[in-house]
Amino acid sequence: MAGLAANTELLRKILVGFVRDEVHKVGVRKAVLGLSGGIDSALVAFIAAEALGAENVHAICMPYKTSNPESEAHARLVAQACGVDFSLVPITPMVDAYFGMFPDADNMRRGNKMARERMTILFDHSAHYSALVLGTSNKTELLLGYGTLFGDMASALNPIGDLYKTQIWQLSEAMGVPSEVIEKQPSADLWAGQTDEEELGFSYRQVDELLYRMVDLRLTREELIGAGFGPEFIDTIYKKVQNSHFKRRLPVIAKVSNRTIDRDFRYSRDWGK
Amino acid sequence: MDFTAQLAQIKPKLGCVDDNLALIEERIGQARTAGADLVVFPELAMTGYFLKDLVPEVARRLDSPEIARLVELSRGISIAVGFVEETSDYRFFNSALYLEDGAIKHLHRKVYLPTYGLFDEQRYLARGERFRAFDCKFGRMGILICEDMWHLSSSYILAMDGAATLLCLSSSPGRGVEGETLGSATAWQKLTATTALFLNCRVLYCNRVGYEDGINFWGGSEYIAPSGESVVRAGLLEEDSVNALVEEGALRRERIFSPMLRDENLCVTMQELRRIERERRL
Repeated sequence: MAGLAANTELLRKILVGFVRDEVHKVGVRKAVLGLSGGIDSALVAFIAAEALGAENVHAICMPYKTSNPESEAHARLVAQACGVDFSLVPITPMVDAYFGMFPDADNMRRGNKMARERMTILFDHSAHYSALVLGTSNKTELLLGYGTLFGDMASALNPIGDLYKTQIWQLSEAMGVPSEVIEKQPSADLWAGQTDEEELGFSYRQVDELLYRMVDLRLTREELIGAGFGPEFIDTIYKKVQNSHFKRRLPVIAKVSNRTIDRDFRYSRDWGK
Repeated sequence: MDFTAQLAQIKPKLGCVDDNLALIEERIGQARTAGADLVVFPELAMTGYFLKDLVPEVARRLDSPEIARLVELSRGISIAVGFVEETSDYRFFNSALYLEDGAIKHLHRKVYLPTYGLFDEQRYLARGERFRAFDCKFGRMGILICEDMWHLSSSYILAMDGAATLLCLSSSPGRGVEGETLGSATAWQKLTATTALFLNCRVLYCNRVGYEDGINFWGGSEYIAPSGESVVRAGLLEEDSVNALVEEGALRRERIFSPMLRDENLCVTMQELRRIERERRL
């Protein structure tokens, strides 16, 4: 539909400008990001390379022992294609050492721990390189809460957080992300063969059509049903957005003073920049 | 008379009055060198846009040294510039000054403060209460600040007050990536062209660029002739400056071809507006 079909040339200009401007204005020249082998981080690597120069972008691939070997191969392919610096930091020793103490931990705990392990590595390299950490969460997963708080959702700047997955595909194609990466099934890659769409229970294209109308166009439930969406699907997605809202906000502060941070102490982050 | 206006499409730094004043001074110098008679800066050029609680910190009184400096610079070139104004009763306005020959020729305080979507101006700023045309070396003008222009009555009042040139100082955030061009650019281009066409007047639109907290300002500053035709337009999303040759002849010709402004019936308008006002009170 028209709303999800993006003008990729314009999008590219805005997002490249965003990374360049917001990185340079804090007085650094570089960025660091996690490269998973998936499309979202691939697109961010391409945007960052164009914005900052490939030599100023450090991509780190951080596989766990159960990660699909194809992911690392794709991450290398992406780094090569856009020319960014590439390094490999496997997280198996750290994650296994931790779960050695908690052997009964379920998949969710393990997945979240891996995401947070990667976050600490990226922020450590941020200090090491004097580089800002680029986020790679798209609008679909941010709205659904399909990400780990303080894990993959953590970053300094996120160029693609206002793009639905459908638009990620379009822009990736326009920017020359390798087709293998664009065409494969999106996956959190916690175990081989896992796919997002199977885990979520619906396709990205389906949910993007709904989210676009629900969030961006603010259609009512009745209007959404009229547009052909099933009431159950609408309610499920609405609940997901609602229940994951805490992940999109800063921690709640108990107010006792006249000026509480973010409540009545309000400044843009670019204050003085 | 004919004159050359330069639209200075700058990228102010958020909350840094000294840096922005230096930038404005530099661009005033460049405009003079380029032969401009008037240089137009964007809304809040002295301060940046998403100020929030910074408003009282970056506000300047009309008798502040910064304003005095700009007034001084207007001896060489006329200047239209946006800033946060502090009044003696401690109100803060989103204001614009027109400076000419070392004097403040006109002060406009933004009347329509957008407070919806990504905007929150009314939380921090006081509302202006008038639209007034004013005379300057280049004829009779009127100033609008961004959202002011989205209210038809603003431009209408200024045109009725005799303004042949509307200056619009803007900090318009870019959004809408579905179409051929940026959604907000398309909307503004329709608005400025239609306003010029309806009121047989010229529009000098100056919009800023740069990013604040991920929000882009799209630029695209332009001069629209009284025919509604875009004569010159600055680049999208990049620092730029364009010179617009504003020809008196074009205004005269347009007002001969399409004398809508001549035929506008202010009496009917006033009569009906008074009736509506009366009826709304009931």
